[in-house]
Amino acid sequence: MHLIKLIFRNALRHKLRTGLTMLGLVVAILSFGLLQTVVDAWYAGAEGAAPNRLITRNAVSLMVPLPVHYRDKIRSVDGVQAVAAANWFAGVYQDPKNFFPQFAVEPASEYRIPDAQFRAFTRDRKGALVGRKLAQTYGFRIGDMVPIKGTIFPGTWTFVVRGIYDGADAKTDTSQFFFHWDYLNETVKSRTPILANKIGIFIVQIADVDRAAEISEEIDALFKNSPAETLTETEKAFQIGFVKQTEAILIAVRLVSFLVIFIILAVMANTMAMTARERLGEYATLKALGFGGGFLAAMIFGESLAIALTGSLVGVVCTFPVAAWFAAQMGTLFPVFEVSRETVMLQSACAVAVGAAAALLPARRAIRVRIVDGLRAIG
Amino acid sequence: MQPIVEIHDLSKSYRRGGQIVPVLSDIDLDIARGDFIGLMGPSGSGKSTLLNLIAGIDKPDSGILRVGGVDITVLSESQLADWRAEHVGFIFQFYNLIPVLTAFENAELPLLLTSLSTRERRQHVEAALNMVGLADRMEHYPSELSGGQQQRVAIARAIISDPTILVADEPTGDLDRVSAEEILTLMERLNDELGKTIIMVTHDPHAAQRAHSIKRLDKGVLQDGER
Ligand SMILES: Nc1ncnc2c1ncn2[C@@H]1O[C@H](COP(=O)(O)OP(=O)(O)O)[C@@H](O)[C@H]1O
Ligand SMILES: [Mg+2]
Repeated sequence: MHLIKLIFRNALRHKLRTGLTMLGLVVAILSFGLLQTVVDAWYAGAEGAAPNRLITRNAVSLMVPLPVHYRDKIRSVDGVQAVAAANWFAGVYQDPKNFFPQFAVEPASEYRIPDAQFRAFTRDRKGALVGRKLAQTYGFRIGDMVPIKGTIFPGTWTFVVRGIYDGADAKTDTSQFFFHWDYLNETVKSRTPILANKIGIFIVQIADVDRAAEISEEIDALFKNSPAETLTETEKAFQIGFVKQTEAILIAVRLVSFLVIFIILAVMANTMAMTARERLGEYATLKALGFGGGFLAAMIFGESLAIALTGSLVGVVCTFPVAAWFAAQMGTLFPVFEVSRETVMLQSACAVAVGAAAALLPARRAIRVRIVDGLRAIG
Repeated sequence: MQPIVEIHDLSKSYRRGGQIVPVLSDIDLDIARGDFIGLMGPSGSGKSTLLNLIAGIDKPDSGILRVGGVDITVLSESQLADWRAEHVGFIFQFYNLIPVLTAFENAELPLLLTSLSTRERRQHVEAALNMVGLADRMEHYPSELSGGQQQRVAIARAIISDPTILVADEPTGDLDRVSAEEILTLMERLNDELGKTIIMVTHDPHAAQRAHSIKRLDKGVLQDGER
């Protein structure tokens, strides 16, 4: 009781100093949380990947397509439930800065979408399904016509929004735009026959998650030594492969986030060192009265942790609204921008680490100071 | 009766920049239970050092030092801390109160090291603050008290756990004439009424007047005592 009273009154002794240190902590913990969330957002696609789904693509590169007739061969592999073709459309809506991914797909819904909308999509050759977040960003509504200019596939394509899907959870990417692969292929056949009957990737649904590796090998073996060899991997591995291309940036972002924590540790350690230096005489007095090093250490660690945890708590709480604002500014650049539980836990761990580390040297000094030397500091 | 403080051939030196500076040489001194002695001498003669040795916050190089029959030179750091909490009351020149604690809480500090209940502690603190005449200032912080009042809080803290000896290093050194007289009167009462053994360092002859006997230190050597 008395210890806690001492800790809090000591923490409030220099209100300006404590206040500024706490402000630094708020900013540092907030920045750390945002940067971690950026990294998470980058990996969100991989996190949301279904384990029972494989992606088959051209072994040379994603840019090189596969012949459409591979589909039936893949379907014949034991353990494969369904195969769907998908092409990345790479179109532009109004302006190149309005980036969102569009895919020509064969219908197979994994999203939460009303049955009536899905049926309407299935019936309409030019129909499109858009994610909730995408619809909100550009104000798409059911029945809207959306013109998209092709880059890989020439011409302007007009789609009709037939459904708006929601994600199963916060990690689901709802910034995508899907339309019928058949419509793409039929149209391309007449406009640019050379691009027809080509598939970007096959999405392979499997029954048994544990056989993913085995089935992948079997699929790739089918096309060994053919002009278009395949590379099959789980959806997660496929997504991570994407992220890997930008990994250097992610490492830099992570590094900066920990650098911020390191800087606040230096600030906090300085605050505690100043505090301990000023109170050396009090520590010596308490020791003379018979208080042990443990009591002094508890006092100093307690004060440091109280400051660190209070500032960090405010920082953590601020992370949520600031992240929401940030996500709104970024539009669909980050399909998922959610502060994860892991981020909050990391922030808390940093808070404890900063508080404890900052108290280390001052506590050591207080424990070691000889009473007569400490007493001489008074007066 | 056995003296409460027995000192024989006590020596102490400090190391300063590789050089050993003798501070106390072959001190012989006995202090009787219930005595009130004044320790005088010029600045730097070793008064504080001798007091600190008796109070167990510093260690001698050699010699015999027994307080209340205990050889405190052989005690470990933590044994010494426990011993001080039980047997020594400290009065400092600059009061050494904890600024964030009230008069009550400052006086209560030594009792936190005992097993007394909250109620018992309250009774003790109220009695001690009453004794020093601060019953109406219990909730005041040190910054809200005059120097004399702060020293009285410090005295309450020094006597709260009923120690064997009281050590006071220049207790009036930072006070005006009137406050100093009050503090000295209070110390006389502690000696008279409570029978406390007091060792007081001072260079003020006025203050020394109040002691029963005076010891003089010069360059680390104890001169023959006289009144
Ligand atoms: N911790 C210390 N380290 C080095 N020298 C010290 C220390 N304490 C005291 N001294 C020296 O010992 C001598 C006696 O000091 P002190 O006992 O404080 O004298 P007094 O109290 O009589 O003025 C002085 O020369 C002082 O500089
Ligand atoms: Mg002195």
